Amino acid sequence: VSALRAWAWRVLGTWGRSRRERELADELESHLQMHIDDNVRAGMLPEEARRQALLKLGGVEQTKEAWRERAGFPQVEQTLSDLRFALRQLVKSPGFAATAVFVLALGIGASTALFAFVDAALVRPLPYRDPARLVSVNESPADTPQRRTPLSYLDYVDWKRLGKGLASLDVFTGTGYMLSTPAGAEAVPAARVSAGFFRTLGVAPLLGRDFQPGDDAPGAPAVVMLTYGAWQKRFGGRADVIGRTATLSGVPHVVVGVLPQGFQFALRGRAELWTPLLPTGGCEQQRSCHNLRGIGRLRDGVSAPAVDAEMKGIAAELERLFPESNRDQSASIVLLSEEVVGEIRPILLMLLGGAALLFVIAAVNVASLLLLRSESRKREVAVRGALGASRARLVRQFTTEGLVLATLGATLGLAFAAAAMRLLLPLIPAEMMGRMPYLQGLGLGSHVVLFAGAVSLLSVCLFSLVPLLRLPSGPIREGLTEGARGASGTAWRRFGGNLVVVELAVAVVLLAGAGLLGRSFYRMSRVDLGFQPERLATLLVAAPPARYPNGPATAALARRVSDELESLPGVESVGLTSVLPVSFNGNTDWIRFVGRPFGGEHNEVNQRDVSGAYLATLRAKLLRGRFFSDDDGASKPRVAVVNQALVRKYFPDEDPIGKRFGDIRLSPGSIKEIVGIVADVRESQLDVETWPTVYYPFGQSPNTEFSVVARTAPAPASLLPALRAAVRRIDPELGVVDEVTMEDHIADSPAAYLRRSGAALIGGFAACALLLAVVGLYGVVAYSVSGREREIGVRMALGAQRWSVYQLVLGEAGRLVGFGMALGLALSIGAASLASKLLFETAPWDVPTLAAVAATLAASAMLAGYIPARRAASVDPMVALRAE
Amino acid sequence: MGDKADVWQGTLTLMVLKTLEAMGPLHGYGVARRIEQTSGHLLSLNYGTLYPALLKLEQEGKVASEWGVSENNRKAKFYRLTRAGRRQLAAETRSWEQATAILARFLAPSEDPA
Repeated sequence: VSALRAWAWRVLGTWGRSRRERELADELESHLQMHIDDNVRAGMLPEEARRQALLKLGGVEQTKEAWRERAGFPQVEQTLSDLRFALRQLVKSPGFAATAVFVLALGIGASTALFAFVDAALVRPLPYRDPARLVSVNESPADTPQRRTPLSYLDYVDWKRLGKGLASLDVFTGTGYMLSTPAGAEAVPAARVSAGFFRTLGVAPLLGRDFQPGDDAPGAPAVVMLTYGAWQKRFGGRADVIGRTATLSGVPHVVVGVLPQGFQFALRGRAELWTPLLPTGGCEQQRSCHNLRGIGRLRDGVSAPAVDAEMKGIAAELERLFPESNRDQSASIVLLSEEVVGEIRPILLMLLGGAALLFVIAAVNVASLLLLRSESRKREVAVRGALGASRARLVRQFTTEGLVLATLGATLGLAFAAAAMRLLLPLIPAEMMGRMPYLQGLGLGSHVVLFAGAVSLLSVCLFSLVPLLRLPSGPIREGLTEGARGASGTAWRRFGGNLVVVELAVAVVLLAGAGLLGRSFYRMSRVDLGFQPERLATLLVAAPPARYPNGPATAALARRVSDELESLPGVESVGLTSVLPVSFNGNTDWIRFVGRPFGGEHNEVNQRDVSGAYLATLRAKLLRGRFFSDDDGASKPRVAVVNQALVRKYFPDEDPIGKRFGDIRLSPGSIKEIVGIVADVRESQLDVETWPTVYYPFGQSPNTEFSVVARTAPAPASLLPALRAAVRRIDPELGVVDEVTMEDHIADSPAAYLRRSGAALIGGFAACALLLAVVGLYGVVAYSVSGREREIGVRMALGAQRWSVYQLVLGEAGRLVGFGMALGLALSIGAASLASKLLFETAPWDVPTLAAVAATLAASAMLAGYIPARRAASVDPMVALRAE
Repeated sequence: MGDKADVWQGTLTLMVLKTLEAMGPLHGYGVARRIEQTSGHLLSLNYGTLYPALLKLEQEGKVASEWGVSENNRKAKFYRLTRAGRRQLAAETRSWEQATAILARFLAPSEDPA
């Protein structure tokens, strides 16, 4: 207790200090007086009496110092004064302080931001009950066991019945519904699940009830559960939503439950509506139709590999029982977390590694700046030492300065990280985000702040160690006399020089990567599309099959949509297609030409069902024959327009007009006559050649889902709402989605998005790397100059011109830049050759790009070299010589 | 001076407490003189070391202090023992006596033939 009491006293002792000091001075004074009185009484002369009294006391100041040590916490006070001193030092050289703090913040910010992603994806557990016991249950081809493929319903039922290692097994599959709303039908992503799905996950509904065992039996009343988001957005968050009816694709469903706000399911991330999986569909009755993914909960004490082995046994048994449908169908059971983040893990870890590298480089750079400064403070340190500062005391001071730097850097770095996350998240397309719902929790959580703290602590250690290396361990006199630089200085210069070469090379590789991707994106935007994308508005119309059950009804709807939209003010013409251009090679048909030998080969061609005005609306070029007219209906002879690629492949030296083809059996109803040839319209992604393509008239090949393409007089984006409204006027049950201008559709197409976002992301890293390399270069060159001031002074005194001094210093910078650039260019050509798939009409050694990279680097590097060069050239020879 | 023993750690506190018990309230100089006298001038005591020790005792609540006037009319700070101080003195005296008794037994001439 008394120790505690004493401690409290000491804490309090930090305040009211001067009064207590005065009191001590009085006390000591009275002590001395009494002692002098006694001495005089003993016969001493007053002078001698005083001297003896002081001697006996052991000195007034020494006594006061000993008393102070006891009175407060001298350690704390010293630290505070160190802090004040460190801040003053930083304020005194704002250029150094700003650079060091900024570079450090960059390093800490980048690594913290990426760690936040890693934390959200890999560290934090999935938000389910006991997530480590959840497994993903799939089938797997026996010959490629690492592939996980969907289950068929009948296999699922057998696995569930026979499997013993799982406490529960449930399945889900993606779907979509047209949700009827007062404003018309809306397309909503959804999922169908077996009744125990949420219980297996361990998720309880926020409102209402979970699915019950009967809900997924044939004939059960149709029910639906909502996510929290869907409840808020589509049902107004009303508490009485339970028991209401929602019409999904024309079928009424009773809302039975609302899922909690934090619910997420990465494997079907965007699903808003959850319905029970009824085994009544065509697919669910065939063992060979695989459309389900399974999740299971392990029994206590059973491991995932054990269940994997058990299910593989059951699958082998099923293969024996159903050889025609289950040939080579094995099982694959892995932890659910593996299924959710397994693919992204290596990418994230690689990015984190890159960020760690960035941090190390930043920290070493700041350390090299600190070293440079400690060089110019050698005299200050020596003076302090001479005045009696112990080595430990100097260490403390440097540590404090490192602490201040690191704290400022970490604070700014956290702000950087927060900003980076806020900037990066919206850049992730919604569809990708749906697969990574765990990123929604991204932010400066406790893990992230802890990480930033640990990283900062690491830099504090580094920063306080580096000046210590330069602390004179021998006699202090050396520092006072500007002694020669020791071996450690040379070693540092060599290490720093090598590091800068590496940094420059990394910067070159990243700059070149960003440049080459940027150039690929540019080239891609110049690709010949075969049509004019300007002033085109597009949207996708989805008609509920229940309302448009057959071809004629759908064809009539399409005709009506075309006519209504064309009559809108500002719309010049309207075309319909089953697939927009710049989408993909796919939706194919196998064809066989009439009158040619046929050996069963697959003549695979893109099939596009288009309205009469479609190709003209695109302004595609008609090479021969005719486009369709609206007369090409179901009652007329079947016709087709083909593209040039088809002509090149199948009619290299024939006129295709009038030729006929059909399906592989040439069934009578399938025969079409070629009536026109169109110059290739880019159906595929921008980086892939378009396959041979056939266009069929919509009236002869109608779809309930089709894209509308409208050529507009004003900017197309301004007409999108009017187009949507016009479609809804025709039938409010029509779904309208993906309203976008053709130019945006092209810019956001995967091939273009990949290059654009890749160029931006790598460009960001490249900017960081360049900045770090330049700071590093400055540090090394300036350090070398700082040790050569006398040499330079002597040279100038002997008649060297200023330009030759510039030459000297810039030459040193140039040597490093030369090495770094050569290494970097070689590496980037190598890297680009490895990743040449990403480049588009751009060689890995694309000269303009690499020249621009080299010029950027050279210019920034010269700037870094110029500052110390100017300082060197402004050395006054007289001053430098006198310092000798 | 060279032959005098230094005051070793821990014992100074005990000496201060004992002095204050014997003499009643006393100023720092008086305590120092008294310790020196009691030791028969065998101790080499730097008077200055007394003040941190007194401060520590005061912080721990073993002594209290107030300003007063000395025997020859000088203003001086007087220290007196508190109740906690007396308790500590008693406890330390006991343990000190025990320690010296044990040591004395060790150092006494052995009674067994070697």
